[in-house]
Amino acid sequence: MLLENIRLAILALKANKLRTFLTMLGIIIGLASVVMIMTIGNAMNNMVNSQIGDIGANNFYLFVNMRSVDAEGNEINYETARGMKSSDYITKEMLEDIQAKYQDKIDGISIFLPLGSTKIEKGKDSAKIKIYGSNPMAIKSENLKLLAGSTFAAGDYSRGSNVCLVSDRYVNVLYGGDVNAALGENVEAAIDGKYSTYTITGVYEYNAKSMGMAGVSDKDLETECYVPLRAAVQQNPKITENIQEITLVASEGNDPTITAAQIAKYLNERYYKNNDTYELYPYSLKQEAESLQKVLNSVKLAFLAVGAISLLVGGIGVMNIMIVSIVERTREIGTRKALGATNGSIRLQFITESMVVCLVGGAIGITLGVLLGQVVSVLLGASGMPSVLGILGCLLFSMAFGVFFGYYPANRAAKLNPIEALRYE
Amino acid sequence: MDTRLLIDAKNIIKRFNVGQENELEILHGIDLQVKEGEFVSIVGSSGSGKSTLMNIVGILDKPTEGSYLLDGIDVCAAKDVELSHIRNRKIGFVFQTYNLIARTNAVANVELPLLYAGVGMKERKERAEELLELVGMQDRMLHTPDELSGGQKQRVAIARALANNPSIILADEPTGALDSKTGRTVMDLFHKLHEERGITIVLITHSNELAEETQRLLTLKDGLIIAERKGATYAA
Repeated sequence: MLLENIRLAILALKANKLRTFLTMLGIIIGLASVVMIMTIGNAMNNMVNSQIGDIGANNFYLFVNMRSVDAEGNEINYETARGMKSSDYITKEMLEDIQAKYQDKIDGISIFLPLGSTKIEKGKDSAKIKIYGSNPMAIKSENLKLLAGSTFAAGDYSRGSNVCLVSDRYVNVLYGGDVNAALGENVEAAIDGKYSTYTITGVYEYNAKSMGMAGVSDKDLETECYVPLRAAVQQNPKITENIQEITLVASEGNDPTITAAQIAKYLNERYYKNNDTYELYPYSLKQEAESLQKVLNSVKLAFLAVGAISLLVGGIGVMNIMIVSIVERTREIGTRKALGATNGSIRLQFITESMVVCLVGGAIGITLGVLLGQVVSVLLGASGMPSVLGILGCLLFSMAFGVFFGYYPANRAAKLNPIEALRYE
Repeated sequence: MDTRLLIDAKNIIKRFNVGQENELEILHGIDLQVKEGEFVSIVGSSGSGKSTLMNIVGILDKPTEGSYLLDGIDVCAAKDVELSHIRNRKIGFVFQTYNLIARTNAVANVELPLLYAGVGMKERKERAEELLELVGMQDRMLHTPDELSGGQKQRVAIARALANNPSIILADEPTGALDSKTGRTVMDLFHKLHEERGITIVLITHSNELAEETQRLLTLKDGLIIAERKGATYAA
């Protein structure tokens, strides 16, 4: 009987193809937009996750930041507060304290100190770089992908060898993209009147996307040039004095957000208790990612609400057409009743019809939504699929939609008086 | 001859708009008995109450007063769902305007009462084809109503009326929309079904000429049966 009804429904819908299509269009557009938003939303989430993964999801940061209130509880005015002095910065003692006390919670502290920016010229080409003195943990937590050569050896760090890692973008400008030709070449850096020469030992792949620098030309782009920490200190001993920010890596199984807060609390109590203006502020990428996901999710929800409204309009369209169709087929309904159709079977017939419209429209809409979502995601530089569960949910939902919006018209059909229906012209 | 009463209606009164200012009594107390195997006609001009009587006999409507047993079943006491089942099994309707389902071929139209009776697909198809053959429509089984002539449509409708082996065929002006020649073939088909298969037929018509062909004719006027006699030209 159900199969028979589905066959009847398809027959009735085929009889008026244009109208059926227009009815479906509402459902198609509604579901396509809902599914598209789901697809794009998932793609954005994936993008955020993968970029966090690139940088290191276990990384967290501690930086010296202005307090919001002073010791007396008065609000600190950013404009009139005093500037940072040397006793406000992170000290070597604090770093050693962290190493000793939290060694089981962190994989290490990455120290990453900017030496300064400079322009390297070769012939008539020039490339901008910013030199960072880095300890082994810093290089490790940067997750660099080497295209040629190698990172620093242990001895390079301990001796403070004048070696460096440059980006492929740097090589593009100065060596025509030949990464192997760049190896062994020198970077002659002049910063604050001091000269140093670093030998290139490795070329890493610059990730413009995660750095937020997509679209900047190789020539204008300032890329990072890493040198061993000690080498940087040799060029400018002062850089260790003013450490404002450190990066730490939480060890496996330790939540970076929680660990960051714990360490900041410990250090603040110990070293910043008497500081009237500054304290350490913890910050983790995971926390950042989570708040970004939250924003993304609420944007997604807002768009979904718009999609849902268009779906609702589509559903009302189905109901409207079903009512028209039932009026048109009044005589048919009368005949069916005379032939022994019960009210229930008439109702089922029309609900099936509306369900078929919604289900077929739903399937088309979902397909379209996934495709459009893919296109938009790729344009945004992300990729993602809606979950299978989500798609199944949408299909089920469109079926339920058919029942819901088909019920009222179908019930009207079922309640028609057979005599009047048969007499209907 | 079996004398089982298929239709046993007593003192049927039908009023419309009961209890309202415009209350109207259409049937004033009609007694109607039809025995199994009879070919009876109810004849009357328009406004005589024919259609109202036919609706009651076909249990599309219930009488306001009176009793009606259809093949021994008290239809006045039956619920809607039961009435649907009784219509489905006991009555075969043939309408003036055929009322075939549009865009649905002859076989599917004939299958319809079987579908509502819950007969399986294979059996339905076999039975429908057999019936279409009986009414001489074996060559047009897959044609839809708009591909059939009036007479052909009516023959499909008759095949459909026979689908569930009903107790009675109720034919309401079956030749009314047909030219006289085609009307003749439809009447011949009724005679054939009646004679060869012993099918009980109640024919409702305004045409005295057609009514005279039946075994027994009842004349309806202003909501009352005013005459009952044997058909003058009944050939059996």
